[in-house]
Amino acid sequence: MDSVINLIYLGASVLFILGIRGLTHPRTAVRGNLLGATGMLLAVVATLLDQQILGTGGQAFGLLLGGVVLGAAIGATLALRIEMTAMPEMVALLNAFGGGASALVAGAVLVGATDPPAQTTVATVASGLIGSVTFWGSLVAFDKLRGLLLPDQPVLFPGQQMLNGVLGLAALGCGVMVVAGAGLGDLGPVGYYAALVAIASILGILLTIPIGGADMPVAIALLNSYSGLAAASTGFVLSNNILIITGSLVGASGLILTRIMCKAMNRSLVNVLVGAIAEGGGSKSDADAVYAGRVKSTSAEEVAMLFDGARRAVIVPGYGLAVSQAQHQVRDLANLLESRGVEVEYAIHPVAGRMPGHMNVLLAEADVDYDKLKEMDAINPSFEQTDVSLVIGANDIVNPDARTDPGSPIAGMPILNVDQSRTVVVIKRSLSPGFAGIPNPLFAADNTLMFFGDGKKAVLDLIAAVKDTD
Amino acid sequence: MDALIPLLTIFMLAVFVGFEIITKVPPLLHTPLMSGSNAISGITIIGAMLSVASSNQTTTILGFLALVIATVNVVGGFLVTHRMLGMFRKKD
Repeated sequence: MDSVINLIYLGASVLFILGIRGLTHPRTAVRGNLLGATGMLLAVVATLLDQQILGTGGQAFGLLLGGVVLGAAIGATLALRIEMTAMPEMVALLNAFGGGASALVAGAVLVGATDPPAQTTVATVASGLIGSVTFWGSLVAFDKLRGLLLPDQPVLFPGQQMLNGVLGLAALGCGVMVVAGAGLGDLGPVGYYAALVAIASILGILLTIPIGGADMPVAIALLNSYSGLAAASTGFVLSNNILIITGSLVGASGLILTRIMCKAMNRSLVNVLVGAIAEGGGSKSDADAVYAGRVKSTSAEEVAMLFDGARRAVIVPGYGLAVSQAQHQVRDLANLLESRGVEVEYAIHPVAGRMPGHMNVLLAEADVDYDKLKEMDAINPSFEQTDVSLVIGANDIVNPDARTDPGSPIAGMPILNVDQSRTVVVIKRSLSPGFAGIPNPLFAADNTLMFFGDGKKAVLDLIAAVKDTD
Repeated sequence: MDALIPLLTIFMLAVFVGFEIITKVPPLLHTPLMSGSNAISGITIIGAMLSVASSNQTTTILGFLALVIATVNVVGGFLVTHRMLGMFRKKD
């Protein structure tokens, strides 16, 4: 029976890999996801055949059914209710649950084991450590994204790195005791595991609070990777291949995304993790010196006239688009412009928004053809042939200082070269700085017009004004 | 140690497979990739099921908690990914 189960697990692993491969193109992605879900169903059914479950004579089935129904109800409610703008929060929660489940299973196995071999206990320690850090770190990320308890800005205090180091060592110390199977006084390996989980939980919180809102894409991708590694560790605990395979796939996926996000900000992972940009590396130019007397405010009517004579327009969405939920209005504006013969495309910076791909999902929700969503490298050469670039709620990702000022905190960060288009219209509430805390010379450039206001309202005004140009 | 080598082998090979296919996922689909990978990392559900069936009561309780949240991951992850992917359309 065991070999039958393992064969089914192998089949499920293959389905997971094919499922992810499906995600390499939007056309095959839905089928890929269904393949993955089928693999999961197979794996769960196969596990029901395991002697450990069948052997209970059906006693375990009630509990299993109850747990699955409860979890499925919560999961389905979350999945169907969540707004597309809140997808970063959803992924943060899923990361948390993945890490938490791994730490719990590793603990459950340790509790039930008599004299486990070192190979198992080392994996148990890894699972507990990574799982707990992931669980609490992801909950902090969730909280920051929702703006509940913690500020969007990095939370920094003196001795932070030192405290993290001490906690890390303490957690490792507990881990050594678990592996040694030793006990001091009343504290056995299980007690040390509990202590390890407690310390790792605090560590998870402390490691995530210094990460600022705009760095969340990195944090979420990294926590995604951790949740995969925790699952792989649990696979080592159970000597279970499918957990190891799946966990390492997810771990690799998170790592790749983390690397892409860091590269798109020209920052090292360490720099992001310690919240260094908030401490202001490099010289910060003075906002008054940059903006004084040079910022031109515009009106919907003026922008409508610009569009009237335009052949090509590029829309550049940023986090502000998600905040004001303006994706549907932006789509309406683009459709209107296209009906008047303007070519419209969207320029998507890799770190626009709060998670990898955030802007793409929002615009897809608004029914924008995915072929119009252009990656940075693909669209940058075309800004010189663009009549109007419309920047909505973005700041640092269009700051030309990144290209021109080597002393800037964002120096070297690849940006969307909107300043090269004939006219730039920036929809923004005020001149307040973006996450990097620096003024943006784009707003004071000769070819830039500032359209102050809420994203959704401003776009609605633009639609009305364009319709009036008849 | 003998038991560890095959597991490590599988781990390393799976990491390489992961790197190979995931680098081919376009940025367009990075959000569904994250929710979808969370769904499959809900595979911990298997470990949770085995723990629930244990004769040790503490193991059963911990396993049950893990079962609930792993199921949230599996069901929530696949469903939300499906919902998102359905929005990526090409108009002709």
